Amino acid sequence: MTVPKRIGKIRFGLISPQEFRKMSVVKIITADTYDDDGFPIEMGLMDPRLGVIDPGLRCRSCGGRPGECPGHFGHIDLIAPVIHVGFAKLIRKILRAVCRDCSRLMLKENEKNMYLEQIQTLERLGQMTDDTVNKVFSEARKNKTCPYCGAPQQEIKFERPLSYIEAGHKLTASDIRDRFEKAPDDDIQVMGMNPATARPEWMILTVLPVPPVTMRPSITLESGQRSEDDLTHKLVDIIRINQRFQENREAGAPQLIIEDLWELLQYHVTTFLDNTVSGVPPARHRSGRPLKTLSQRLKGKEGRFRGSLSGKRVNFSARTVISPDPNLSIGQVGVPMDIAMELSVPMIANTRNMEIVKTFVRRGPDRHPGVNYVTRPDQRRVKVTDKNCEEVAEQIDIGWKIDRQLADGDIVLFNRQPSLHRMSIMSHRVKVMPYKTFRLNPAVCPPYNADFDGDEMNMHVPQTEEARAEAEILMRVQENILSPRFGGPIIGGIHDYVTGSFLLTHLRKPIDRRGVMELVKKFEFSELPEPEGVVDGKPYWTGKQIFSLILPRGLDLSFKADFCYNCDVCKGEDCENDAYVVIEDGQLIMGTIDAEAVGAFKGKITDRIIKEYSPSVASEFLDRMTLLALRGIMYAGFSFGIDDEDIPAAAAEQIDDTTRTAREKSQQLIEAYNAGELESLPGRTLDETLEMRIMQTLGKARDTAGKIAGQYLGLDNSGVVMAVSGARGSMLNLTQMAACVGQQSVRGERIMRGYAGRTLPHFRRGDLGAEAHGFVESSYKDGLNPTEFFFHAIGGREGLVDTAIRTSQSGYLQRRLVNALQDLEVKYDGTVKETRGMIVQFQYGEDGVDASRRDYASTDNVKRIIKSVLKKKESA
Amino acid sequence: MSPSAAPSKKKVVLVTKFAVRDHEMVPDHVLLTPEEGVEVLKAFNIVAPQLPKIHINDPAAKEIGAKVGDIIKIVRKSTTAKHSVFYRLVID
Repeated sequence: MTVPKRIGKIRFGLISPQEFRKMSVVKIITADTYDDDGFPIEMGLMDPRLGVIDPGLRCRSCGGRPGECPGHFGHIDLIAPVIHVGFAKLIRKILRAVCRDCSRLMLKENEKNMYLEQIQTLERLGQMTDDTVNKVFSEARKNKTCPYCGAPQQEIKFERPLSYIEAGHKLTASDIRDRFEKAPDDDIQVMGMNPATARPEWMILTVLPVPPVTMRPSITLESGQRSEDDLTHKLVDIIRINQRFQENREAGAPQLIIEDLWELLQYHVTTFLDNTVSGVPPARHRSGRPLKTLSQRLKGKEGRFRGSLSGKRVNFSARTVISPDPNLSIGQVGVPMDIAMELSVPMIANTRNMEIVKTFVRRGPDRHPGVNYVTRPDQRRVKVTDKNCEEVAEQIDIGWKIDRQLADGDIVLFNRQPSLHRMSIMSHRVKVMPYKTFRLNPAVCPPYNADFDGDEMNMHVPQTEEARAEAEILMRVQENILSPRFGGPIIGGIHDYVTGSFLLTHLRKPIDRRGVMELVKKFEFSELPEPEGVVDGKPYWTGKQIFSLILPRGLDLSFKADFCYNCDVCKGEDCENDAYVVIEDGQLIMGTIDAEAVGAFKGKITDRIIKEYSPSVASEFLDRMTLLALRGIMYAGFSFGIDDEDIPAAAAEQIDDTTRTAREKSQQLIEAYNAGELESLPGRTLDETLEMRIMQTLGKARDTAGKIAGQYLGLDNSGVVMAVSGARGSMLNLTQMAACVGQQSVRGERIMRGYAGRTLPHFRRGDLGAEAHGFVESSYKDGLNPTEFFFHAIGGREGLVDTAIRTSQSGYLQRRLVNALQDLEVKYDGTVKETRGMIVQFQYGEDGVDASRRDYASTDNVKRIIKSVLKKKESA
Repeated sequence: MSPSAAPSKKKVVLVTKFAVRDHEMVPDHVLLTPEEGVEVLKAFNIVAPQLPKIHINDPAAKEIGAKVGDIIKIVRKSTTAKHSVFYRLVID
């Protein structure tokens, strides 16, 4: 193992012209690359001393072959200095802070000492010096005459991108360089720079380094023509202009032409460094495409940092749209045939599997579990084709490696971004299927936070035994049912699974033999339980009995269901709403199975089974539950339509009454306020009190309206079934659809914005009434009137903006946390340490408990244990 | 800034000094003897610089008279574990 090296120090600075020359292996003087025979020209841009890219050649500098030789820098001597774009702003600052005559920083000696001391203290403490340095620049700029030589200073105007104009004259790069050269070392330190590593004149280039050919390789097209890299093109331009400049200057060309050429040289060097400088037209390729120059290689999403270093492409992976398939196990993933035939798992031929390996190879690449490639022991790869497969199969011997196509039962990693927690990547077993999408059981959507509105997911195929073992032992779906976040099951029924379980198990609806058969036809039960009773000579069963079939034997459990009404005194086993679940010895005695029992994030039954039995039993239970619940919902029949939001005329009237009285009540409050009779609440102003009271009244009105609607909508309403069982939606959603949408708000207050003194021109100024400030009396079903609609849009917009901001903020927060914590590790002694062995926590989480391995330490557990122990004794 | 630091103001509030350790939000700080310190290091199989640090000027450290190189045992109340024990190395 390689020992990690510790970086002692990183020094940042500017490179001096001397250093550029020192690291250069060749001075580049010609813009040509290759001669007619295709050999690189000496002292040209492809000089063999700059490194090698053509196979078979050796580097003239280090003797390395392509791949070994890292490449070597060359240099171009610029005829006239040019400004480095990256430092344009800093050059401006320094130019304004130093004297135009004597080049000294225009601060008094004592000020310099003070600032220098501050900077040195900050540096010693390892803190940012930016603020102090900026202060130095802004203070120095204020002087109109130099405190040292007394020279009057001129205002220096900066014009984007690269012109510095002093009193109407443009400063040339050499003027600026001359000034900077004269600046004394002591002054440079006050400007926050270390004169040994960064002198200001080095921001103006006189020598341009030529990057090695290895970072700008030319490619040979199929036509035999060579195509050069963008950087090479740019360097050619620079050399050409440099030469022309020199020729013109030596010939004594007029000043105007010289200046033009200088400008052009500046342009080319600028775009060589950064081709997206504002104010500089980007240099373009012949085709019109902007060139990708140095800073474009590093910047942005596809740049070196984010694109090549933080994120890389991997082999043996696939990505496609996901869609649901409830017939799959939660631990499976449906893989399209096209993907299965492209991806492969390596197999090494040995004495035991020789025949199997050969049959795979014989199938070729086009018949499904076939072989794409064969690797001989000497590492030569042979592509298996339809034509050569028989022949290759005969050659196979011990030690040959074949790339077998992905087949049913292979283990793969399945992932959905953003990978926020460890359950975002889990291992599944492959099930090869027709069509083009990945298929997964909807019960595993919650850990991935996936839905099927066009989500895509990635799949990776582990290639070594170690990777497969790790995937199988640690990453399987069933090992991840319990979330380490809260210790409960994160995988479980959603939507129709919950509704289905609810419909099946609620009350004791009789189901005849035919119905029972329909419900259990996906299973392999050899016998049915005793019928619950007989009607008209025909036996009948109940949904509770059917559900008991999928529960493991010996399970004892009791809890309140999700739709428990939270009565003042819980009647427990005598609950008349069938909301108290009792399971004894794997038999559902009473109660209704809903989100609390099998749902994702709750799943009391799932949780109990994992802890009492094993994750595999729980995963089997979830598989059976999904199948049974879907049979259950299909047997009952389930739909939701617009008429499910209808309420009887009597209810509508009652609701109208409530909203009317609420409106009147708030009107009374306003009148009391106007008459000065309103008592202010403690700690509130009168205005605030009024607002609060009105909000309260109107809020209560909506709740009452909801309650009235709720009375008329019973469990025969599918919306109510969904809300009550915890499958989807809430009673509030139903209230808003059927009864009254309620008060719209911005930042928790009634809508106050709009015109002077009113929200809309439809109202009088100063109107404090309910309608004028966003109370929506209508229901979604009735439809909103124009003002209501507008207020609703205001409230809705706030919600959208909030979620957009929240996601971006929490994403960044998460990133920072992960970066800070990623190297921490829980050691075998329970301590949390980082890589240097420094202790972070003496006991993981203060108590040393893994949330997903603990059981809730409630008295409920004690009761249950006593009960089951007693029962065992009884039966023994 | 404390009110006593502004003498120009008419109202001067005198702050009685109190022991920070008496405050209910401040956990128990116990100064370990060198022998106890060695025990702790042995128990966790670490060397002293791998411990979390506490500054010599920390009010609680000052109060118990800790010197640089001492180890302080801090016992916090914890909702999950009742008490959680922490050790800190005194540095300057």
